[in-house]
Amino acid sequence: MGLLDKEFSDGNIVIAKVDDLFNWARLSSVWQLGFGLACCAIEMMATSMSHYDFDRFGVIPRNTPRQADAIIISGTVTLKMALRIKRLYEQMPEPKYIISMGSCANCGGPYWEHGYHVLKGIDRVIPVDVYVPGCPPRPEALLEGLLKLQEKIRNESLRKKSA
Amino acid sequence: MKSADDIFEILKKEFGDSILGIDKETPTEPIISVDPLQVYKVSKFLRENSDLQFDSLMCLSGVDDANGNKTNNADGDEIIEGGTFSVYYNLHSVSLKHKITIKVSTSRSEPKVESVENIWKSANWHEREAFDLLGIFFLNHPDLRRILMPYDWDEYTTEVSRHPLRKDYKNPEFYQGMKVPY
Amino acid sequence: MALKTEHMVLNMGPQHPSTHGVLRLELEIEGELVRKVTPHLGYLHRCFEKHAEAMQYNQVVPYTDRLDYLASISNNLGYALAVEKLMGIEVPERVEYIRVIMSELQRIASHLVAIGSNGADIGALTPFLYLFRDREHILSIIEETCGARMLYNYIWVGGLSHDIHPDFVRKTKEFCNYFKPTIVELDNLLSYNKIFIERTANIGVLPVDTAINFGASGPTLRGSGIKFDLRRDDPYSIYDRFDFEIPVGKGLMGTVGDCWDRYYVRIREMEQSLRIIEQAIDHIPDGDVQSAIPKRIKPPKGTVYKRVENPRGELGYFIVSDGSVNPFRVKVRAPSFVNLEVLGELCKGYLVADIIAILGSIDIVLGEVDR
Repeated sequence: MGLLDKEFSDGNIVIAKVDDLFNWARLSSVWQLGFGLACCAIEMMATSMSHYDFDRFGVIPRNTPRQADAIIISGTVTLKMALRIKRLYEQMPEPKYIISMGSCANCGGPYWEHGYHVLKGIDRVIPVDVYVPGCPPRPEALLEGLLKLQEKIRNESLRKKSA
Repeated sequence: MKSADDIFEILKKEFGDSILGIDKETPTEPIISVDPLQVYKVSKFLRENSDLQFDSLMCLSGVDDANGNKTNNADGDEIIEGGTFSVYYNLHSVSLKHKITIKVSTSRSEPKVESVENIWKSANWHEREAFDLLGIFFLNHPDLRRILMPYDWDEYTTEVSRHPLRKDYKNPEFYQGMKVPY
Repeated sequence: MALKTEHMVLNMGPQHPSTHGVLRLELEIEGELVRKVTPHLGYLHRCFEKHAEAMQYNQVVPYTDRLDYLASISNNLGYALAVEKLMGIEVPERVEYIRVIMSELQRIASHLVAIGSNGADIGALTPFLYLFRDREHILSIIEETCGARMLYNYIWVGGLSHDIHPDFVRKTKEFCNYFKPTIVELDNLLSYNKIFIERTANIGVLPVDTAINFGASGPTLRGSGIKFDLRRDDPYSIYDRFDFEIPVGKGLMGTVGDCWDRYYVRIREMEQSLRIIEQAIDHIPDGDVQSAIPKRIKPPKGTVYKRVENPRGELGYFIVSDGSVNPFRVKVRAPSFVNLEVLGELCKGYLVADIIAILGSIDIVLGEVDR
């Protein structure tokens, strides 16, 4: 973590860069928008339930985009839905992060060829930070995706957002 | 419980020329063909006759038969001209436990079928789906709008990309600024 | 002078935690009372039917997984049975037994999510955690055999993709013994919970004739008190060999056909599924599960409609074959699609908060509604 290493010996005071402090706070409480799309949403639910426990990484579903930090695109994005997702994304306050979960959200997945109503990759509409492959990804894979996102947030600076 | 032949006889006696025939060549169940503009009357009879009592519509499916001539239109896209669309009705009687399949065929250029929404409420969304994906018009349907595709799909598409389940469907290049093909 | 009043339009979804996915409801409300509900679908329309036309018969199976993603094995089963009926394939006994056991396990897993999310929608989050814990048991049993957690591609036309894992029988028996007391626990936790009953009893009453006319099926229909189950009334596979009951809504907490009845039917159905599994698990005959898989799937010209009892109701596949290796047309009669249509009737005159309870009790899966 690096933040607590610089603690003074008499305790209670920690010296850190503002960057580190902000990043530490942000990466430890990634509140995701409670929002499921398709099959992957069930795996996302399984990840936040008893067996895998998303909470221990500080991930809590918030049901309004205005209080959410991250959005997990969990499933097939259709043309009809893409416009709504864009609007949800625009409602979220900065800084905001996006995990694209599953092959459908990454590139159209099994629907890439004949899916006349499927958007072939959510990155055609909004920018993506982490791609999690799989159809659907196992909960472990989603957790790994979250860890990757945390790593990314850790190296951010206030002047320049890496994502 | 009645066999498909019995049901065909009953219908033939009641409606005469509106019942076009029975196809027994299929490997599974026989199919009774009905005039698309008489299907409401026939369905009502099927539901209300005490010997038949078909009180549940299991499934209603529109099919593009693709039996017309393939030609190229002005843009160079291959389209099908002439031929028919078909609608299949799979009926079941909960009380009498018999089943039957009804088929209507309508022309591709002006696909019109009578709606049976009034008789079986479950037909409502099935018919909307057939209208949405194949462009079959159901006469007297109370709410014939698109159901699965976006309501404004027509504004961004051309004639060949309006109804996706037609065999000559072509993807439009863009919908609302989003690229549709891969 | 009287004030002019008009109904207010309230939009619910497609991003809403309680619409079970991306369903959008347009509510016309008068104060808190709902006067009209218009569902807008298609936010998850993934073009299954177009894909099926472009694929070969065996390649369609993975796509059927993704229709009702909570019960993929039941979807596979329906498709496989439809094509087998068209081609006249007889599958070996061993395959039939494994298919039945797998789809009953899947039914329990699916009902667990249905019950859990029904509770969670109206404020009881604790059962959700318990039920997902139990669901993980089933998933790990199936995973050992199929290799996936959710979408298995397990039942193929004429057979199965893999034989069962050597531990399968032992673990399934262990699960049955583990799960029986859990149902009692669940009853105490949720079914007879005063708050839950207040929220669901006498809410969203579905009369019998409306249910039949709208084509409702599965627990939605049985909640209204009709003993109609395709496993008994139109038997497929080897369901006629097993002894099981069909639970129906009796109006124990309120009126017959209310939300609580639909919920309770699912709980009792899980018990019956356990009964079927226990009858079947000891009698799996030996054999090769892939012996009847045809080298080339090329059904004769014709049509077939085959229906099976999915956890959500009657799942039907209508397949038109033109004698080639690709299906000419596959239409899915999805139980959720038809059950959702009744929502407009159910919600009239109830409060906005009741819509959530009603929607949860119908238990829709949007992957199947929109296909």
